[in-house]
Amino acid sequence: MTDSTPASERQRLAWQCRRGLLELDHLFSRFLELGYDDLDAAGRVAFQRLLGEQDQILNDWFMMGVEAPDPEIAVMVERILAVVSVQRD
Amino acid sequence: MSIPTRHFDALIIGAGGAGLNAALQLASADVRVAVVSKVFPTRSHTVAAQGGVNAALANVLPDSWHWHMFDTVKGSDYLGDQDAIEFMCREAIPTVYELEHAGVPFSRLDNGKIYQRPFGGQSQNFGGDQAARTCAAADRTGHAILHTLYQQNIRSRTHFFDEFFALDLVRDAEGVICGALVLEIETGEPMLIEAKATLLATGGFGQVFRTTSNAHINTGDGVAMALRADIPLMDMEFFQFHPTGIAGKGMLITEGVRGEGGYLINKDGERFMERYAPRAKDLASRDVVSRAIVTEVKEGRGCGPNGDHVLLKVDHLGEDIISKRLPSIRESSKIFAGADPVREPIPVFPTAHYAMGGIPTDRFGRVAVPAGHGAEEIVPGLYAAGECACASVHGANRLGGNSLLDILVFGRLAGKNIIDYVRENPYQRTTDSASLEQAMSRLTRWEQKGEGIPVSQLRAEFRKCMEDHAGVFRTEEIMTEGYERLCELRERLPEVRLHDHSKVFNTARIEALELENMMDVGMSIAVSALKRQESRGAHSRPDYPDRDDQNWLKHSLYYREGDRMDYKPVRTKPLTVESFPPKERVY
Repeated sequence: MTDSTPASERQRLAWQCRRGLLELDHLFSRFLELGYDDLDAAGRVAFQRLLGEQDQILNDWFMMGVEAPDPEIAVMVERILAVVSVQRD
Repeated sequence: MSIPTRHFDALIIGAGGAGLNAALQLASADVRVAVVSKVFPTRSHTVAAQGGVNAALANVLPDSWHWHMFDTVKGSDYLGDQDAIEFMCREAIPTVYELEHAGVPFSRLDNGKIYQRPFGGQSQNFGGDQAARTCAAADRTGHAILHTLYQQNIRSRTHFFDEFFALDLVRDAEGVICGALVLEIETGEPMLIEAKATLLATGGFGQVFRTTSNAHINTGDGVAMALRADIPLMDMEFFQFHPTGIAGKGMLITEGVRGEGGYLINKDGERFMERYAPRAKDLASRDVVSRAIVTEVKEGRGCGPNGDHVLLKVDHLGEDIISKRLPSIRESSKIFAGADPVREPIPVFPTAHYAMGGIPTDRFGRVAVPAGHGAEEIVPGLYAAGECACASVHGANRLGGNSLLDILVFGRLAGKNIIDYVRENPYQRTTDSASLEQAMSRLTRWEQKGEGIPVSQLRAEFRKCMEDHAGVFRTEEIMTEGYERLCELRERLPEVRLHDHSKVFNTARIEALELENMMDVGMSIAVSALKRQESRGAHSRPDYPDRDDQNWLKHSLYYREGDRMDYKPVRTKPLTVESFPPKERVY
């Protein structure tokens, strides 16, 4: 993490949420809005590591049911899905 | 005005397949090349292209570039320029081999040759049996190509400006384009990049529609820059819609779902496609299914609390088939629609997918504009390639497997042509101060303070208007009303204000700049569509249901100044073979 202010850190993350796939755009930007604030320090690090992965790998983890090899990342994938997935009555 | 300035032989704006392939040609020839990308290059939308790239390699079935050309001309509904199409189909073969040698891991046959799969619209022997022409790297061809090109560019020392947003093109005192003013997103500071040649490769612009399969980055930045540089946009009315995107979100639900036996129903549970296409039903062509869905919604038979979508039913296929054959669709529906297709139908609506039109270019990627009576003039030093460009190879509709081909062939050829151009024009032109100030005004305009209209509000109204009035369903009445509404929205743009005026990673400011771009691009689509009084390819007019070759076998050109339209003839003469005259399209 750089010495940037929290606001600019959040905006930097918001820009990292811009991806080549619409599905990932939605997942990451919605999670940043709805779930990021509830993460502890370790969770925030895991989220940032996740953002550094390649889009097709992320697509496998989120959309194809492939489990991420790193347990911390795998937990973060599940958490994002739980927060972002649309719940219907 | 003191702005940091960098100099390169060539500037490329956009780092998808077209931009990176052009950059690789340049860097490999020791041309100093800079690539500006608003996101990290491997996050470009090329990564979403899963299908593959067409080339008549004849590895699986007999094939020829000439058959590929026939299919592409026919697919274009005869609006594609036949010289450009011949060129693309011939160049497809060396382009794919070049990518293979660069390291793209194409899927293989047992004999070691590149595997090729059949795709819709492909034929042998000019409309005969199915051909197998699409080269793929499993189901991630775009990803494989993008990563290979990026790695090769790094090796060749292409200079990347990652997370820089291009504000506008700049000109010298003679009016010649000599680079661009860009903004470093991290610092919020502008920088001038002067170059002998500039290539626009900014991709598609599906974000102008509310429901789109395009990533958030696809906001038409390069296309809008061309418009502001008084360059017309060509054939903008031709926008491909995919009938089944997740309602309100846009993610694609592949045709394979209906191929497996899924079908569409309205709020009454009726299989409505039986009324619109009694034979093909849910497997009718994309435009027919898209229009049928919109008609159902418009006539009050839509589903959900707002009646704004229809349902795609697949539960009768059973969990086993759905999980095995359509795994990503099941996940996508669960995540983005809250519907597990094993138990409940998927809410769907047509989603804007691919732009056939764009910045007019010749087959070498040079931007070419009309210069009076029929003649065309090359804009010196300005190039365009990829989805933002219109070399006129897709005409009114694009064939599957030809989009990656387009970006790779014309990116490659633009790169090669720029090499010659910078050698013939070795001196860097100097940016005129008035041009720089004008470009800077795009940035300083957002320093205005006050309440004003939020970016998000105007953006939402604009995209909804585009969807309702310039989308799938296009009648004179609907589009005239839409044009008036778009003019109102455009007039409100100066009232939009930012509340955050910070510099570091001010993404709100980038979104404001993108909104300006999108509104210009959206207007070009709406006006071009309103004026074309026929149905051709992806442009469908219920009030003019037939193709009209007598009056409309011509390209549209939209000018930003006064929303003016002009037209130019289709180039029906190929380079070396006989023309394919227009015929009724039957598949």
